[in-house]
Amino acid sequence: MDIFGVPIQAMMGQLMLGIVNGSFYAVLSLGLAIIFGVLKIVNFAHGAFFMLGAFVAFLSGRYLGLDYWAALFLAPLIVACIGMAFEYLFLRRLYGLDPIYGLLLTFSLVLVLEGGFRVAFGSSGQPYPTPEALRGTINLGFMILPIYRAFVVVAAVTMCLATWYMIERTRLGSSLRAATERPDLTQAFGINVPLLVTLTYGGGVGLAAFAGVLAAPIFHVNPSMGSNLVIIIFAVVVIGGLGSIVGAIVTGLALGIVEGFTRVFYSEFSSTVVFLVMVAVLLLRPAGLFGRTEG
Amino acid sequence: MRIRTTPITATAAGLMLGLGCATTSWADNGFSDDVVRIGVLTDMSGIYTDLSGEAAVEAVRMAVEDFGGEVHGVPIEVIFADHRNRPDVGASRAREWYDNDGVDMINDLSNSGVANAVAAVAKERRRHAIVNSSSTVGITNDYCSPYATHYTYDAHSLAHGTGASIVEEGGTSWFFLTVDFAFGHGLEEAVSNVVRDAGGQVVGAARHPLDTTDFSSYALQAQASGAEIIGIASTGADAINAINALAEFGVTPSQQPAALLLWFDDVHALGLDTAQGLLLTNAFYWDANDGTREFSERFYERTGRMPNMAHAGNYSSTMHYLNAVEAAGTDDPDAVSEKMRELEINDFFAQGGYIRPNGRMVHDQYMWEVKTPDESEYEYDYMRLVRTISGEDAFQPLEDSTCYLLDE
Amino acid sequence: MRLTIRILLILLIIAVLSVPFVPHLIYPVFVMKTLCFVLFACAFNLLLGHTGILSFGHAAFFGSGAYITGYFVKYAGFPTDLGLLTGALAAAALGTLFGLLAIRRSGIYLAMITLAMAQLVYFFYLQAPFTGAEDGLQQIPRGTFLGFLDLRSDRTLFYVVAGIVAAGLWLIWRIVHSPFGAVLRAIREHEPRAISLGYPVARYKVMVFTLSAGLSGLAGSLKAIIFQLAALNDAHWHMSGEVILMTLLGGMNTVLGPAAGAVLVSAMTHYFDPFGAWVTVVIGVVFMACVMMFREGIVGKLSKILAPGLREDPPREPAAERPAPTDQ
Repeated sequence: MDIFGVPIQAMMGQLMLGIVNGSFYAVLSLGLAIIFGVLKIVNFAHGAFFMLGAFVAFLSGRYLGLDYWAALFLAPLIVACIGMAFEYLFLRRLYGLDPIYGLLLTFSLVLVLEGGFRVAFGSSGQPYPTPEALRGTINLGFMILPIYRAFVVVAAVTMCLATWYMIERTRLGSSLRAATERPDLTQAFGINVPLLVTLTYGGGVGLAAFAGVLAAPIFHVNPSMGSNLVIIIFAVVVIGGLGSIVGAIVTGLALGIVEGFTRVFYSEFSSTVVFLVMVAVLLLRPAGLFGRTEG
Repeated sequence: MRIRTTPITATAAGLMLGLGCATTSWADNGFSDDVVRIGVLTDMSGIYTDLSGEAAVEAVRMAVEDFGGEVHGVPIEVIFADHRNRPDVGASRAREWYDNDGVDMINDLSNSGVANAVAAVAKERRRHAIVNSSSTVGITNDYCSPYATHYTYDAHSLAHGTGASIVEEGGTSWFFLTVDFAFGHGLEEAVSNVVRDAGGQVVGAARHPLDTTDFSSYALQAQASGAEIIGIASTGADAINAINALAEFGVTPSQQPAALLLWFDDVHALGLDTAQGLLLTNAFYWDANDGTREFSERFYERTGRMPNMAHAGNYSSTMHYLNAVEAAGTDDPDAVSEKMRELEINDFFAQGGYIRPNGRMVHDQYMWEVKTPDESEYEYDYMRLVRTISGEDAFQPLEDSTCYLLDE
Repeated sequence: MRLTIRILLILLIIAVLSVPFVPHLIYPVFVMKTLCFVLFACAFNLLLGHTGILSFGHAAFFGSGAYITGYFVKYAGFPTDLGLLTGALAAAALGTLFGLLAIRRSGIYLAMITLAMAQLVYFFYLQAPFTGAEDGLQQIPRGTFLGFLDLRSDRTLFYVVAGIVAAGLWLIWRIVHSPFGAVLRAIREHEPRAISLGYPVARYKVMVFTLSAGLSGLAGSLKAIIFQLAALNDAHWHMSGEVILMTLLGGMNTVLGPAAGAVLVSAMTHYFDPFGAWVTVVIGVVFMACVMMFREGIVGKLSKILAPGLREDPPREPAAERPAPTDQ
């Protein structure tokens, strides 16, 4: 059986790969969406923090002898601390100004991080081995799937669900949502909003770093690995609907799948297709797929 | 620009401007502004920094030092600038160097957009430009001039090196993973022609956008094609990610990947685990013979990295340029151009190399196979010579070149 | 106080005009390039600073100007002046299209629509055979201007470019200080009130989009003629980001701020080369310092010091007047 001349088995394979890639997008866009929701700025450094996560994993492996599992746990924490320091020292001073200044500052951070890593580690990058336990492939019948890719999906989806649960179902999450809606009122209730904002930024970039560690064994660890990512990720967030956690996750997965199929039918267009979708969505559904309507 | 040939008018023009017009007056000894100045225009801060970058500047400096630091008693100076992978920045800097700073020769020129643009400026300003680290055949065709030299390799030599060799060894059905850029399309087309001429067949191609990170979809497409050879027509991060994905999905080793432009640094970045068995064409490998080892070890001491073919080309071409200046007894671009094309190149980089009228330096190219981790005995012991492709076979036949100089 | 500024401006103009006579002090081709970016940034600021619309797709106009001019001059044999005009008009037409679609949303959504469309435009230039993809559209002839000025001479070209950029800046100044500009400011300050006063706000927005795009395209066209090439990075989203950067660094609430920002950015990329591989880091740190220290931009800060009380525009507190996008 064929779909537009492509065997259905191959289509199933592409669908599977789309889900794998989509889970990266989901984790990344989730982090960006949370930051945007609370800080109202586009965190342009999101791709750079993604890269930072991969590099922290690589460096801790080389110099501290930490294995993949330790890195998967520690790298996001370390990067989150770096992110919080950045928020506390710099970003904080720009609140109350036009959000575009936040964009400018985080863009400058991209230059510093990417440039610095390029000076230190060169532009061609470093290999990072797949953890022993996850090597090899499984035969799904319609395709051969590397075990590690399957692990990526599980890890990413787990992380997304955990984050969603924390925001929607815990006390910390409810304060966070309150701070998003009415920062002044939340502060009046005795909640430390500035601390909450710092934690949010840390959490968001920590998610990016988590994706970075997941990516390290499959995508090459190099300083520009996140540089074109941020506009795609932000497009995902906008399509999903700004402020919608579920939107970011679902759209991330969906984009992976759409991109995957584009790679079969019109491969050249695969990195641009997200923008076509975004124009269409914004013109038809002003607040994105899962967002509350404007007005 | 015509002014330059006559010292008096040039000096007069300089005086008229009320400034010492240092750039264009030829002193009595035949050397402009009493210094031979070489500019290294390279990517210092972007994605090609490993391929050329600061190490390229160092390679040129080494050549100047080995030459003795002066020619006919005139000192040789090396300066550098970053073109940021933007043709306008590169063209602007090249103009400024030629017009203002008395630069006699520009070397390196990574990024094909920059290389084409600078070749055009070199032609207009009648000064030398030597392209080492980009592949565009434009330099020896549409943008050719007596002043532009394409030294290390080009897209044609890649296609005819790797492509022809593999077909001869029996790899007759091909699938391409091509970067959707002029470079990728050109390479794919050239190799396809080689494959078809040799009786092989091209079963398909997938064109991916530049900076694609995930190649899994393409790995499946390559697998489904059933081709014996997977031609990878991209370079740098794209090629590395493609090779990684092919290995991850078990496409290799049952189907053989052929990297059409893989650099030594890429092999280093991939690691032998993944890269083993890859076939690649490079004009230079540090461990090929005593000459290359001697150069490479000195280079390593200065830069902390092993040279790739562009670094070696930077050194060799600077040496050749200086030899030509010495032989001509002047740095007058026309005289030097003549000498450059007249003198043969014999050093660790090229034996019996010569420059054709269209600026193409013709020398042997080598196809290498990446060793397995077990075969690698010491650090940077990465490749084994598979075959030597003679320069005449590797480079574009002169009759196919569209260079205007050949019409005369 | 106004006098000081006027004198400074006149000195500046004299300085620019004398550049071709001191090529060793400051290289004329570099100044020409900077002038293009000055025009680009000021044109962009028609939208951002004067109307309060953030476009993240201006590279599409700049790049289109460069490519269209390059194409018509090189392949269709257009004289340079006509080529420049074609490039600017094409960019303006594209601007109208962007405007028509984008103004249906506001804030960050509008920015994202412009970004998305600019990406589609970029894709077109990547695919179109005449652009030569990464090799660039090269060897565009400079030709003659108005039939008698031979642009192959750098000096003639310099004065032609300076003249065109000056005309462009004058036009922007006229737009800002016309009744039309006043309406734009009204839209920026309080759009609902502008609507209730009966202004066809949508039409105004499309018009300013068109004007801004046309002038941005002109800047791109000039650059294509100066360097005789048009390249993909002219249309890449990095260029859209760069023009935002220039405008903010210089100060978006002033007429001349973006110009100062353009000079700053282009000087940094030109003179910081000795930093070698560190250049990106150094530029990043400078940007950070600028954002932290001069929030109203260099010119904004400067005019406060030079002339307290004098402002080109009434001051505004963006955060207070612009609700966060999600609440709109």
